[in-house]
Amino acid sequence: MKILVGIKRVVDYNVRVRVLPDGSGVDIDGVKMSINPFDEIALEEALRIKEAGKAAEVIVISCGTDECQQQLRTALAMGADRAIQVKTGSALQPLSTAQALLRVIEREQPGLVILGKQAIDDDNSQTGQMLAALWNRPQATFASKLVFEGEKLTVTREVDAGLETIEVDLPAVVTVDLRLNEPRFVKLPDIMKAKRKPLDVIPLEELGASLASNLDITRYAAPPLRQKGIRVENAAQLVQELKNRGLL
Amino acid sequence: MSKILIVAEHDGHTLNLSTAKCVSCAKAIGGDIDIAVLGQGHDAVGAQAAALAGVSRVLMISAAHLAHPLAANWAPEVLQLAANYTHVIGPSTTMGKDLMPRVAALVGVNQFSDVMEVLSPLSFRRPIYAGNAIIDVKAAEGQKIVMTVRTASWPATGSGGNAVVEQRTAQGTAAGHSRYLALNSAGSERPDLQGASKVVSGGRALGSAEGFALIYRLADKLGAGVGASRAAVDAGYVPSDMQVGQTGKIIAPDLYLAFGISGAIQHITGIKDSRTIVAVNKDAEAPIFEIADIGLVGDLFTVIPEIEALLG
Amino acid sequence: MSEREIMQYDVIIVGAGPAGLTCAIRLKQIKPELNVAIIEKAAEVGAHIVSGAVIEPAPLDELLPGWRENPPPICVPVAKDELWYLTPTGRYRLPTPPQQNNHGNFIVSLGAMCAWLAPKAEALGVDIFPGYAASALHHTGDGAVGGVVIGDMGIDRAGVPKDTFTQGIEIHAPVTVIAEGCRGHLSKQLINQFKLDQHSDPQNYGIGLKELWRVKAGKSVPGLAQHTLGWPLDSSIYGGSFIYHLDKDRIALGFVVGLDYKDPEFSPFEAFQQMKHHPMIRNLLEGGEILSTGARAIVEGGYQALPVTEMPGAILIGDAAGLLNVPKIKGTHQAMRSGMLAAEHLAATAVASSAGFDARLRNSPVVKELHKVRNIRPAFYRGLWRGFVAAAIETVTAGKLPRTLKLHADYSALKKLAGYSPPDRHWVERNLPPRDRLASVYYAATEHDEEQPIHLQILQPDICITRCSEEYDHPCTRFCPAGVYEMVEDSNGKRLQINSANCVHCKTCDIKDPYQIINWVTPEGGSGPNYQNL
Repeated sequence: MKILVGIKRVVDYNVRVRVLPDGSGVDIDGVKMSINPFDEIALEEALRIKEAGKAAEVIVISCGTDECQQQLRTALAMGADRAIQVKTGSALQPLSTAQALLRVIEREQPGLVILGKQAIDDDNSQTGQMLAALWNRPQATFASKLVFEGEKLTVTREVDAGLETIEVDLPAVVTVDLRLNEPRFVKLPDIMKAKRKPLDVIPLEELGASLASNLDITRYAAPPLRQKGIRVENAAQLVQELKNRGLL
Repeated sequence: MSKILIVAEHDGHTLNLSTAKCVSCAKAIGGDIDIAVLGQGHDAVGAQAAALAGVSRVLMISAAHLAHPLAANWAPEVLQLAANYTHVIGPSTTMGKDLMPRVAALVGVNQFSDVMEVLSPLSFRRPIYAGNAIIDVKAAEGQKIVMTVRTASWPATGSGGNAVVEQRTAQGTAAGHSRYLALNSAGSERPDLQGASKVVSGGRALGSAEGFALIYRLADKLGAGVGASRAAVDAGYVPSDMQVGQTGKIIAPDLYLAFGISGAIQHITGIKDSRTIVAVNKDAEAPIFEIADIGLVGDLFTVIPEIEALLG
Repeated sequence: MSEREIMQYDVIIVGAGPAGLTCAIRLKQIKPELNVAIIEKAAEVGAHIVSGAVIEPAPLDELLPGWRENPPPICVPVAKDELWYLTPTGRYRLPTPPQQNNHGNFIVSLGAMCAWLAPKAEALGVDIFPGYAASALHHTGDGAVGGVVIGDMGIDRAGVPKDTFTQGIEIHAPVTVIAEGCRGHLSKQLINQFKLDQHSDPQNYGIGLKELWRVKAGKSVPGLAQHTLGWPLDSSIYGGSFIYHLDKDRIALGFVVGLDYKDPEFSPFEAFQQMKHHPMIRNLLEGGEILSTGARAIVEGGYQALPVTEMPGAILIGDAAGLLNVPKIKGTHQAMRSGMLAAEHLAATAVASSAGFDARLRNSPVVKELHKVRNIRPAFYRGLWRGFVAAAIETVTAGKLPRTLKLHADYSALKKLAGYSPPDRHWVERNLPPRDRLASVYYAATEHDEEQPIHLQILQPDICITRCSEEYDHPCTRFCPAGVYEMVEDSNGKRLQINSANCVHCKTCDIKDPYQIINWVTPEGGSGPNYQNL
């Protein structure tokens, strides 16, 4: 079985993201870029599945400009066998990404596709679900545990009400949550080995995917600051105030 | 005029509060509001949905394969209904986040995720970068809108409505490739910090692990989750999985009560999206008072027992 | 634990700062067949670099002719120099000393410049490994330095390997180039081990704190380089500020204090924040926002403190050797020149060799420049005004007077509480951000996995709560710019709490602690600040 893992290049989670004064975007001038942390967990899981003998090959894929090759190389250094860059001129919105991934899936025929549950830049949390819809295959989102039983996969999902378990037939799309695993460190010699692993570049046009129209971002703004509230003098006033606001 | 369909979230017996919040968002869009309630043997939920103020119709669809919110089974049903609507809305809960993008893909549109404000029927405001930036996003004229609603941004609509309840027949069948097995809810224990609607949090001012018992007791009285500042974690009073803030958990409960927490920016980062923040601190100059909705300067060791007594 | 994996290079360089990157680029320019690697503990190149920085462009011209057509992302020609003496509310314009004449120089972000240099090195075939800490030295059988050991990753606080445990490898090379910057922990070990400083004076240091602001539109004057002396320091403390006006309404401002200050209650961080409240600077900042903050120790000893810069199998370059020119307030050109010199030296023999590097360096313009200004910094030991007079004499005579002032160690300068009363510095109530050190460190975006062992080792913890309480009142809680050290008194008693996750790797604690019991070691690779454009 092949496993396909989606990787997105995003602003590193340690960066204090700031909106540009003119509201035209966020300031990413000189900021650190990384693999989306949830995608790193997705890759770690794929590698563990392969190491457990349940998969033959782990392929990482990213849709983006040539800069995303840096993150694909990191993924190869972590242990992926080969990488695919779907080369685009600018960032794709989730449905377009799903449409592009679907065309690659048709070529590669993976038994499992693993993605992060969301990207920490646009926080959309859509691509995995959309891919499953277009592919007409099962989806198991927000996964915190995967168990294989033959051609079936039992997935524990982190839902608001607790932990939900579902069973899906393969091939399927899984999106992963934070608690699934802790990604490995890259070993330094593996960075050198990764330079020799295959990285195929496929121009988006060559895939022949018909892309959905984009939603138009018209303005960026800094989040409103919280306003200073009221002072109360004692516990009785505090409890009364909370009751007045319907919070108790 | 917009025709808006809300997909209800429920557990088979009770309508989830998030649905009432979606109604508030739908009202902000303006138009005719219907609620689709998918499930099996869930008539009680339909009645609750019908009672929400501002709703015209409740569409009940009952089938065995819809008993649990499996996106692969629900999405095709919602797609069928969507034909008659301009907007299809779900809550930005794990259920809505799972289902709605699958619906959007079937419709053939990108989704508006975590809508916090309605600017026009085609234009919405939403957070990105974990709330560090807010964007206005617009759809093309005539495009069907699929969205999830950021529940923390919207009040629940009131009751007193009297919508028509219509029974509909399921159009699809089970997807076959996906099966629901079980839900293991946290049970009677204290609610999970991340999902709790109320959180009580303590800082180093508690002075010891034993001192933290005060926080647990109040939390249990309120049915709240328990959090802590990094200082309290570093001092060893509580385990690190209780840490709230930049390097801990980012939470957004309806009510956050901070006791003896000074409010370093690293902590504030983790709570800034809470609906109401209450701070109790001995130090009147503590930075947490700059952002607290309700502040009380006082000694937590006297204030907490007083609150408990008042709660009865 | 299994045997460590080994990688072999011709030259291994520790630190991707201006010295290390320049050395690597020059090596590959001269001898493309050499295998050269750079190890960098920051998660990416430039993330642990903080500097003013006004740089002299000559070494860049020499290294990369044509760089001006494609300059680093932040690079503003200096248009005007100003030196001010500040009183609590007033100011006097002073003549700019000749060393500080910046005509022809550029204001850059040194971090951004290093991030700009790194791909140029990589394009020449240099392997750069950011996110890996050279935690220890590898020695060959005959005691020479044979390379470095990369720190293990995935160890919990108690030192037990976790699931993610990854053993660090060894990197071997005939020569290891130490380009760690000021007070690197490998440099410190090597200087002790090979007694490299036995014939030189103790090293002197300063601490530099920096903030990058975006001010209200129209307030900045791109290219203006301002320096101040005087308030908020009293005349017994050596230091001052810089205010560099960049493009896009950005201002780089910072404060430098000699770490030979005597007052045990003094806080360099507080002094910096005070300085921002002088009317001249406050007007500039009000209504603006902080983009980034950082702090770093600065090597100030110059000529007298210069250690022997070679030992079997290794050499010291840049600030690791102590080549910064204090009167110029510049070290980048020295770092780059020493990097090129090292490259030329190492490429000259069939197998790279450290032998003879020290003599080559001492005969070069790099050390000649230090010799010329050798008496200026120590002249300020006796206060600002005497320092001025002596500095003027040394400048006029171009350092040719047949005298060399001695240096003393910074940690020994601190006075004990009993019998010391600090002067009134007329400090004010402040309201510009950041409110405190914790708020400041937020903008340094510092990150350490909190499960890892504490990388600030206290060699004799009992001294903290016994002698130090009485003698100095825990100066670590004040000299650290990141609030790492905190005295806590709770049910567990009084103890020193080390918030190691806040550490910005400035090394001030390792230098200034009066008992010399704080030992800074490398945390897990990739930890530490994530400076942006500092």
